[in-house]
Amino acid sequence: MNFSTGTSRRRFLAGSAAAVGGFSLGFHIPAGDAAAQTPARPEINAWVVIRPDETVVIRVARIDMGQGTVTGLAQLVAEELECDWAKVTTEYPTPGQNLARNRVWGNFQTAGSQGIRQSQDYVRKGGAAARMMLIEAAAQSWKVPASECRVAAGVITHTPSGRSTTYGKVADAAAKLDPPKDIVLKDPKSWTIAGRPLPRLDTADKVDGRKVFGIDLVLPGMVNAAIKACPVFGGKLRGFDPASVAGRSGVKKVVAVGDNAVAVIADTWWHAQSALDALRIDWDEGPNARSSSATTAAMLREGLTAKEVFVGNQAGDPDAALAAAAKTVEATYSVPHQHHATMEPMNATARWSGGLDKVEVWCPTQNGESALATAAAASGLPPQQCEVYRIDLGGGFGRRATSHDYVRQAVLIAKEMPGVPVKLIWSREEDMLHGWYHPVTMCKLTGGLDAQGNLTALKMRISGQSILAGVNPNALQNGRDPITFQGLNPSGTEGRLGYAIPNLLIDHAMRNPPVPPGFWRGVNNNQNAVYLECFIDELAHAAGQDPLAFRRRMLGGSPKHLAVLDAVAERAGWSKPAPAGTFRGIAQHMGYGSYVAACAEISMTSSGQVKIHRIIAATDCGHVVNPQQVAAQIEGSFAYGLSAMLMQEITIKDGRVEQENFDTYPCLLLQDMPAVESIIMPSGDFWGGVGEPTIFVAAPAVLNAIFAATGKRIRDLPLKNHDLRKA
Amino acid sequence: MRLTVNGRTHDLNVDPDTPLLWVIREQIGLTGTKYGCGVAQCGACSVHVDGEVVRSCSLPVSAFGPDQKIVTIEGLSAGAVHPIQQAWIALDVPQCGYCQSGQIMAAAALLAKTPKPNDEQIAEAMQNICRCGTYNRIKAGIKQAAGIAG
Ligand code: FES
Ligand code: FES
Repeated sequence: MNFSTGTSRRRFLAGSAAAVGGFSLGFHIPAGDAAAQTPARPEINAWVVIRPDETVVIRVARIDMGQGTVTGLAQLVAEELECDWAKVTTEYPTPGQNLARNRVWGNFQTAGSQGIRQSQDYVRKGGAAARMMLIEAAAQSWKVPASECRVAAGVITHTPSGRSTTYGKVADAAAKLDPPKDIVLKDPKSWTIAGRPLPRLDTADKVDGRKVFGIDLVLPGMVNAAIKACPVFGGKLRGFDPASVAGRSGVKKVVAVGDNAVAVIADTWWHAQSALDALRIDWDEGPNARSSSATTAAMLREGLTAKEVFVGNQAGDPDAALAAAAKTVEATYSVPHQHHATMEPMNATARWSGGLDKVEVWCPTQNGESALATAAAASGLPPQQCEVYRIDLGGGFGRRATSHDYVRQAVLIAKEMPGVPVKLIWSREEDMLHGWYHPVTMCKLTGGLDAQGNLTALKMRISGQSILAGVNPNALQNGRDPITFQGLNPSGTEGRLGYAIPNLLIDHAMRNPPVPPGFWRGVNNNQNAVYLECFIDELAHAAGQDPLAFRRRMLGGSPKHLAVLDAVAERAGWSKPAPAGTFRGIAQHMGYGSYVAACAEISMTSSGQVKIHRIIAATDCGHVVNPQQVAAQIEGSFAYGLSAMLMQEITIKDGRVEQENFDTYPCLLLQDMPAVESIIMPSGDFWGGVGEPTIFVAAPAVLNAIFAATGKRIRDLPLKNHDLRKA
Repeated sequence: MRLTVNGRTHDLNVDPDTPLLWVIREQIGLTGTKYGCGVAQCGACSVHVDGEVVRSCSLPVSAFGPDQKIVTIEGLSAGAVHPIQQAWIALDVPQCGYCQSGQIMAAAALLAKTPKPNDEQIAEAMQNICRCGTYNRIKAGIKQAAGIAG
């Protein structure tokens, strides 16, 4: 156990009282010297502050973008703390404080469905340590052994004498104690706060307009900025004509931002954006001005048969087994670029305090530490002279995790206006044109069946874009991007291929078009599940077998994969025919540590439209912290994944994105949303994610149901490009 | 130029082409009404004008007169007591919350005209995008507020 809260606490109280002031709003509003005078409140340890009025402030290192992580993490801390849940509130420490305190809060990254599963252990220990210190403080004041005291809902009682006190009364004394060495966590079976479908802590502000998103931030003396970067990826700013906006109302300055963008700074954002729209800009479109979706497709098609590849999973001798097969099946699939389209466009507010050489940024971010690093790099200042105040996101989905381009721009613009806070907001068009898009891939699959209909060999060639090559080339392993093989791995706890296939080769021809790739909710699991689960369906039909039975025969060695599949099949009544006019499809996958399966029920209208009636979804995520929020994530992931499958694609023409707004990049609406029945079946011996996993199975389940309904195999997404009317 | 928003009159000195959305957000300072697309596609900017839902990003402020009653999310009720807001809290409808001002304004306008909407009427009235995918809880929230079972 190396959880040492005490030393860092002392360092914090001694060294950085000024940093404490801005916590309570969830982000920092500059208050000049007032912040420095704010007295430190009784911090029991990094995770827990108890105020004299009994309010329990739980610090959260990860962030909320709608997924409920803040409530879930607070439940885990409160569970061990044994406090009164009704008195719990939360606050975000800043990345700068984390830096100053030797990363006492650990990782801030909120992506990869890891917010809870990768911090549950140390935050629970933080809650337990605080409880032990509070009890110890009470025991010392009564001069009795702590073992004679117990606590319930923040009230400590000395059992033999019946004396009692509260957390708020002993917090000051507890804060001075050394942290305990041996911490035993509760058995989840005895949880009373965690594991329950408690209401979120942050709903009330979201129903009356009170909640302040980054885009809503107003600081004293603030100005607004609008920006355009070269619409062609890799292009540069050659020049602009300030005279074209001279005299426009509210405009303060027109500035180049880095080497590829120009911004207008004005009193209001509307003035800034409308001036920007009128600004004459000269772009150097650079080397990619001719690239298009067609040139990308040609590049990927070549990769389908390329010799130089990276291997993800292999067994036996697939070529020999295919040659010996009684029947072979081959198919090629493709999934296009997609955009995150968070409801709240990219934005960040920055203030450059010229005299003090300090940069402050207020922004929505999935990784405050990465935002801080970006602010430091953009300003040229050491990170110790920068600070980032995190604000809840109006959607993240991966867009605000690795790429803080909007932070970099805001800092560069703020440098032009020393001492003045500048709020940069991207127009929706800018947001669409400068995403970090779901990678584009194609996949060629070849399967061999023996005379009994067993799958004896499978080859799966993925050709296409690597996310790591685009966002973090240092993480490549001898050029190979391991993330490409999500859900297809031979082993591991993150995403293992469940099927036992004796002769197997899964490999990747990396082909990177000049379009920035990014982590997009579900990431590579999305297309991997479409490719494999639709092709397995094809093989089942070629073998003359029921798609469920065909899968089950290969999942004997993967009981958790099998259990979620069986659960949806049973709920759907798979053994009986679907009601007249409705058709079913099934799929399973494992990713981000969780096992998921879905069964979709659809019908077709006479005009060839798909109507998705119901999706039954099962997830085994090991432990469940808040079941009603897990259910919300399952539904939300389906809306996101089905939007992409049904109607979304980013296409490139002349080196730029063609879809500039929701009119050409539509999203699923309430009218399209199927009923979702969640089966949450935690098996208890691991911690899996929930924000993403179920998204993997929505598309393949629906696509397999479309085949059942129409006999047509949709192999190229999105569905809108296909005519499903009866011939 | 004079506007009546949430029962208060505001005298404004703005360019008449400024979209109502940006007057509400930047001149009047009510930021509950959101910008999502600027082209009447997403509904994040929905407000009520004389009881009708309006996508405020796509109409210039000059289209509105001082006698028209503009209501934003901040003015829907005092203390979030509107049945839609209450249902939203009871069912934990919002995820990130960014679209929810618009969703709530659209839902409140629906119930004002159609106190017991059927599924088709709900689908027709609720054309706002929610990227977090809260649609099923939105539907359940409308039914709960309307007192409709299931
Ligand atoms: S911002 Fe008005 S409809 Fe999208
Ligand atoms: S709740 Fe996030 S966009 Fe609707």
